[in-house]
Amino acid sequence: MTNSAAMDTQTLTYIFVGFSFALYIGIAIWSRARSTAEFYVAGGDVHPIANGMATAADWMSAASFISMAGIIAFSGYDASVYLMGWTGGYVLLALLLAPYLRKFGQFTVPDFIGERYYSKTARVVAVICLIIISFTYIAGQMRGVGVVFSRFLELPIEWGVIVGMGIVFFYAVLGGMKGITYTQVAQYCVLIFAYLVPAVFISILMTGNPVPQLGLGSDVVGGDVSVLARLDGALVDLGFTAFTEGSKSKLDMFAITLALMVGTAGLPHVIVRFFTVPKVSDARRSAGYALVFIALLYTTAPAVGAFARLNFIHSVDEQPYAEAPGWVKTWEGIGLIAWMDKNDDGVIQYGAGAPFEGRADYTGEAGTHGERLLANKPTGAVNEIVVDRDIMVLANPEIAGLPPWVVALVAAGGVAAALSTAAGLLLVISASISHDLLKKTFRPQISERVELLAARGSAAAAIVVAGYLGINPPGFVAQVVALAFGLAACSLFPAIFMGIFFKAMNREGAVAGMVAGIIFTLSYIVYFKAPWFGAANDADHWLFGISPEGIGAVGMAVNFAVAAGVAQFTAKTPPGVRDMVDAIRIPTSVAVSEIKSGAH
Amino acid sequence: MDHKSDKSEPADNLKLYWRENIKLVCGLLVIWFAVSFGAGILFVDILNKVQLGGVPLGFWFAQQGSILVFVVLIFVYVGRVHVIEKRFGVNDE
Repeated sequence: MTNSAAMDTQTLTYIFVGFSFALYIGIAIWSRARSTAEFYVAGGDVHPIANGMATAADWMSAASFISMAGIIAFSGYDASVYLMGWTGGYVLLALLLAPYLRKFGQFTVPDFIGERYYSKTARVVAVICLIIISFTYIAGQMRGVGVVFSRFLELPIEWGVIVGMGIVFFYAVLGGMKGITYTQVAQYCVLIFAYLVPAVFISILMTGNPVPQLGLGSDVVGGDVSVLARLDGALVDLGFTAFTEGSKSKLDMFAITLALMVGTAGLPHVIVRFFTVPKVSDARRSAGYALVFIALLYTTAPAVGAFARLNFIHSVDEQPYAEAPGWVKTWEGIGLIAWMDKNDDGVIQYGAGAPFEGRADYTGEAGTHGERLLANKPTGAVNEIVVDRDIMVLANPEIAGLPPWVVALVAAGGVAAALSTAAGLLLVISASISHDLLKKTFRPQISERVELLAARGSAAAAIVVAGYLGINPPGFVAQVVALAFGLAACSLFPAIFMGIFFKAMNREGAVAGMVAGIIFTLSYIVYFKAPWFGAANDADHWLFGISPEGIGAVGMAVNFAVAAGVAQFTAKTPPGVRDMVDAIRIPTSVAVSEIKSGAH
Repeated sequence: MDHKSDKSEPADNLKLYWRENIKLVCGLLVIWFAVSFGAGILFVDILNKVQLGGVPLGFWFAQQGSILVFVVLIFVYVGRVHVIEKRFGVNDE
């Protein structure tokens, strides 16, 4: 890439990102919240299609937009856990939770748990679970914003995060749920357009088929082998596992998929979106629309991943470094690609295995070919290059040689995905503090005006914490985010599910279940993921060979078992609560005596 | 439905309605499980022996097919549960 072309991309990125920010701010001013009902649930009159779009944007985070196709590119079949796990949860939401929670019709998830289990303790436990889940999740978003800003706007990551937080602060604090909902509708449009445009371009370039979903199985232009077959062959030649085959155990695949699905259905910022539609039937329909909008991106991602990997192999393997495409050097410049010329031939060799030990440690000096020298100890592998998975979607348009405006569009899409999710998360955190902790638990006498002020104040405080996590981010975007699902699966989902489907589940059972589930899961994750125990994080040491990403599925079983056991030996659910459960099971407000016999 | 339903108690009607809803939900969840955990994970190796438009079938279910089936399942539920609710007079539209 020449210098002027690089300038072009950057100017265009400033224009695209700047224009999208102006749009979000405009929407926030137009739709600012005036009451607590508007702040928490957008007044409860969002159209199901608009809510579906907002849910899709809320849901599809930096992990979906930036990381997922990269993970698919580098782990092939193994990445199916994310594709199935992050979509299958919507079936659980539509069939098991959303309509009943809408009928219950209050403001937050702890609201339901507190009322259904007639207990302030249950409410507070739910708030604690919610805050742990939401902050784990938000930490993942901020790295995404940081990566986009540092690469495309050449700002230091800290400044990128601060600018992003400033925008979210403005529209989340001002607009509340109402502002967020309509901003998310706009963000969905930006992010899906930004995702599909390069995917369609690349699909046409590689296969001649404009539909990326079909391009995956189409023949590569000028050959009679399909993209997948070509990729399988190329990877096996380089010593990798074939793209369509996996290396994870079936049990671990099973556990991770289950934890992600159940976790999706238990995520507070997703559930709360279904409080914003007018009717019970709208809640179900809205979950369907949300999944349609999500599926548009999720069915494209496998194609993007496969195209990216094939293009990547062709552009780096056996290429002299001096002639390597510009993007290799730009991403190397910010430390997301590293090349070590182990055989000193000036040519990049790509293959299986790590090229050197540990994370890239640049010495600050340039090598004979202009590469950034590394202080790491080389391994015996032939491979000389290491690339951060998170760059694949962002670098894809450059790798495929698409025009600068497409690159700029992808940058705006990545920021939209990260900001929309961050805003949704901040809102549930603030609502759980101002509504559940203050209004419903510790300060019931406060007026609506004070509650609204507290909601705005806690949103502002949550933004500051999120900003800190963004500047000191932990690990890969998708990895960190994946852990939040396990935490939701083992705590909130079982409590809500049993609250609707098992009248016999009582206060003691639900509280014991949530506490047992989240303590078990959190300890397992911290034990294997946190550096201070020094535990070997591999299949030989895991419980039943289940990774920390999948342990939420076991935590969920622990929750159910403990809850059922404790409920057996403690006081029964009071009759008033049983009636409440009966009432949420029917969509209308008719009395039980008016229900027809159902005869044909 | 059943012949004595005309003289049934209102509380029984609620139970009947709920049982039909649960039956529908369980049926749909069996399909949900079959396409993802079944076709996409447990039986993926067998299904991969078949090709669907250049893509091994098990791999296709794991990365695309299951998602498409999920979308259909939700809309089938929306339609079918509406019919049940109407019969019991508890529909909201």
